[in-house]
This record gives sequence, structure tokens and C-alpha cells, in this order.
Amino acid sequence: MTRTIAEINEKIRKGQAVVVTAEEVIDLAEKKGVAKAAQEVDVVTTGTFSPMCGSGAFFNVGHSKPRIKIGGGRAYLNDVPVYTGIAAVDIFIGATAIPDDDPRNRVHPGPFNYGGGHVIEELVAGRDIRLEVTAYGTDCYPRKRLQTWINLKDINEAVLFNIRNAYQNYNVGVNVSDNTIYTYMGVLKPNLGNANYSTAGQLSPLFNDPYYKTIGIGTKIFLGGGIGYVSWHGTQHNPDVLRSDNGVPRRGAATLAVIGDLKQMSPRWLVGTSMLGYGATLSVGIGVPIPILSEEILRYTTVKDEEIFAPVVDYSEAYPGRSSEILGEVSYGELKSGKILIQEKEVPTASLSSYPRAVEIANTLKEWIMKGEFLLTEPVAPLPGVEAGITFKPLNERPIEDNRRI
Amino acid sequence: MAISKRVVLHFPSRLVEQPIIYKLVKDYNLVLNILKASVTPKEEGLLILELSGAREDYDRGIQYLTDIGVRIQSLGQNIMRNDARCTHCGACVVICPTGALTLDPKTRMVNFHEDKCTACELCVLACPPRAMEVHF
Ligand code: SF4
Ligand code: SF4
Repeated sequence: MTRTIAEINEKIRKGQAVVVTAEEVIDLAEKKGVAKAAQEVDVVTTGTFSPMCGSGAFFNVGHSKPRIKIGGGRAYLNDVPVYTGIAAVDIFIGATAIPDDDPRNRVHPGPFNYGGGHVIEELVAGRDIRLEVTAYGTDCYPRKRLQTWINLKDINEAVLFNIRNAYQNYNVGVNVSDNTIYTYMGVLKPNLGNANYSTAGQLSPLFNDPYYKTIGIGTKIFLGGGIGYVSWHGTQHNPDVLRSDNGVPRRGAATLAVIGDLKQMSPRWLVGTSMLGYGATLSVGIGVPIPILSEEILRYTTVKDEEIFAPVVDYSEAYPGRSSEILGEVSYGELKSGKILIQEKEVPTASLSSYPRAVEIANTLKEWIMKGEFLLTEPVAPLPGVEAGITFKPLNERPIEDNRRI
Repeated sequence: MAISKRVVLHFPSRLVEQPIIYKLVKDYNLVLNILKASVTPKEEGLLILELSGAREDYDRGIQYLTDIGVRIQSLGQNIMRNDARCTHCGACVVICPTGALTLDPKTRMVNFHEDKCTACELCVLACPPRAMEVHF
């Protein structure tokens, strides 16, 4: 059995495409067998909703009268500093940026109540945002100060551009020390008090296409409640890791860079997020449709929580010290049971990734496709795969001598 | 019938200096456990108590407090979940010490049982989208 994306799109246009979620396809294949299921199903939809720090947005705010060159100056959105080192009135806000006067971790753990992710959420919610700029002034851009309200609907472009999202697998965070620690994996209680994980498991996009046979550059996706595209592989993309027999990586592996028009997104799927003692970020909703081009592709989508394994990592010493030591491996089936066994201790589990929201994304995408509103795209280039020879490089420091001249 | 309830008392500043707690114990035979107390100058005082005693004494004690101008709230109202912000991630279930936040294994939604909440506030900053709110 084989199918092309063009054939699938023809069925979508006619309203005849058979679409199921990555959860539903598990039961379907169990009942009917993989071959039969592959014949019936055209598209499997996936979803994930998690804090994703590698997120941010570009804006072109328009030209004031007289003009001001924000480029090379300083600018803030609701007191959160934005990046100005690009063209005159283009700016970039990153999800983890925080106001200059945020107390940070001076009193540990700092709350990190507001940051770039929250600005993005508020903009998408249609709220007015304060833009404050100081610039150096030029002959063609004479102005040096600007303070104004801006609103998403009034600015030229607003592009969500996330350089690393949708990690294919992730660590399970624990703490073996005697003190509570505050990490990007959440609050970790002492002496293995809890174990936090952060993927949607069987619904997560890249678990369902473990070798990137369908997901590539140009793949059209659900992004932040609207439509987006895979623009590149994400940073730290590292496909050549330990894998199970079903092809699923047992360590953090591939990542996606994604892009989309912020103006058609929604605050339900871009949520400003605060990690106690760690920082501010953005929770992002992403869903990727997987075209069932062959029986093999369908078989990949039938992967279930019990067959996906993640490493358990201590965040009190091993992680900060960049040791590769792990305390074991557990399946998402075990993680979702509410407790796992680590060093013979029963440890309660918690998720940072919302499974109900992942289900909602997969269902929304399914609906869009069934209604004929969402056609699939053919990738223009594949993501680097296992064979690409990518190695994940650490930063090996080279001391800079005081008298070295450049 | 003996009962035990957790309540939040808000004192106007004029009552802050009064021996109210002493009266609750002495005149109304109530056993009390102070869960949280704060008095700020010029502002009202706030006291979170667990009150136990005979039903009749408890009711009379509450009546006394109301009469002298103390505003009373039952505790469950003090920590509220903003359902519009909760993403049902589940990060709070290992944080809550009383089992007031639990995961439904079928739907994987997180349920908030107000009756079990002691207003310890541990979940408030631990919730990444800040859905758990303190209301006084
Ligand atoms: S941590 Fe917050 S958002 Fe997550 S389930 Fe608990 S209350 Fe909801
Ligand atoms: S305030 Fe304390 S008891 Fe109440 S829900 Fe939060 S963690 Fe649980």
C-alpha cells in the first residue's frame, strides 16, 4: 500500500479523508491490524503542549513620525527588553526575556512572574502593550525617544519564530540531594520526592515519525492555535542517539524550528509561563499531521506510551555538572501511572506537558483536515536524519589570556 | 456534635488589639490551631484558624466574631483555581501536600478539591501558568 500527499489532499478537498489522532490509531491498528488500518487511514494527527523556551517573535512595529531607528537602540515591551540589533523598526522578543528590574533569584527561588512569553500571550490576546524606545538618532531617523501603546492588529508583521520546539523525547527530572531544587523541570523535592517529565508521549509529533520520513522543512502544522510551518531542524537537533527496536529515541533527539503568523494564533495555545526559581517562558501548542504514505508510516504512528522510554536524570548534581550519568530508564506508561521506581524507591510523577491539551490539538487538527480547511504540504527538504552524522557538541572552554590581541 | 472547620478571619484595625482569641477559648470552649497570622500596621489583621469544638459553641463563637465586626470566610474560598488559566499540565499534583490537587487517570485532567485545601499556598508559585490564585 502506498499513497502520495497529492492523493491525500485530493481526498481532503472532497471531504473524504479518513483522519484519526495518534491515540485513536493505536486501538484501530490493534483491532484491524496494521495493514488494514494503513489502507483506511489517510492522516494521523499529533499534538503537544509544553513550556518551550526556544520560542520568540519578530515584529515590524511601523515607522513613527518623525522616524526613529530602533535598530541598535534599546527597546522594551511592557518593560521586557527586546532585541533591536536588526532593521530600523524590526524587533525580536524572546520567551525567556525578563524586565531589567525583575528581582531574578536574589531571593531564591525567584517567582519570574512576567517575561517575554507573557508579552507574546498578551499581544495575541489583543491587549495593548507599552513600547518604549531610546535610540541614538541619525540624519534620516532623528528621533531619540518613543513611548507608545501598540496593538497586534496595528503593527505590520508579527511572526512567531521558535528556533527549538517539540523535542523528540526528554529527560525525567529528579533530585537526589537533601534540599528542594527549582529547575526548568519544575520544583523537584529532595531525596527523590518527585519525578517530573515533559512530553505528551504517544501523542507527541516526533514520537510518531521517529525517523522524520514525513515531517520535513515546509511541513504545515498547527502552531499556537493557527497555522505554521516547520522552517528548519531545531537547535540541538541530535538524531543519532540510542533508539528502541521500534525506532523511537530513548534520549532527547530531534527538535523542530517552527514559524507562523502570530496574528492568526490564540492565547489558549501560547501561554506565558513562570518556572519558579528558573525563569519565564512560553507554553506552546504544536500539532503535526502525519500523512500515511505506507504501512511502515502507519506502524510508526501506533507507538504507545508503554513502548517509549525516557532517561531519569538527577538535576541536583548530574545535570548541572554536565555528567551523562542517568539513574535509569522508565516508560511513559509508567510515568503516567502516577509513580515510578527509582533505586527501589516509589517516586510520584508529575507532568509539565498538558496531555488534555495535546489531545485537544490533535482533535482540532483532525477536524480542520476533515472539514477540508487544512491541506497537507510536501516537505521541500528532509530534516537531517540518523545518517547525517550530527554530533551534539559540548562547549569546550579555551581560556582567553589577558594580553591576547585579536 | 463536635466539628472542626478552617476559617479565615479578617480584623478591622480597631480590633487588632482586642483579646479575641482568648475569648474564643475561654467563653466558647473552642480549641484552635493557628495556621497563619499576619497583622500589618494600619491595615487589617488576618488570621487563618482551625476551630474545633461542639457545634453549638462553634456557632456561638462565630456569632460573637461577626457581632464585633470580624469578617469570616471559610478557607476553601481562599485558594481558587482560575480555570481559564489552568492547562491541566499536572505539575501541581506532586506539590500539594493534602491531596487537594489530583489527576484523573482517565481524562488526565487535574481536579481541585477545595474541601481538602489548607491554603498552604505551595501550589501558587509552583503552577507554571499561575492558575492557582489567593483570594482574600
Ligand atoms: S500546575 Fe497549574 S496549570 Fe498545571 S494542572 Fe496544576 S493548577 Fe493547572
Ligand atoms: S494551597 Fe496548598 S493545600 Fe491548597 S491546593 Fe495548593 S498546595 Fe494544595
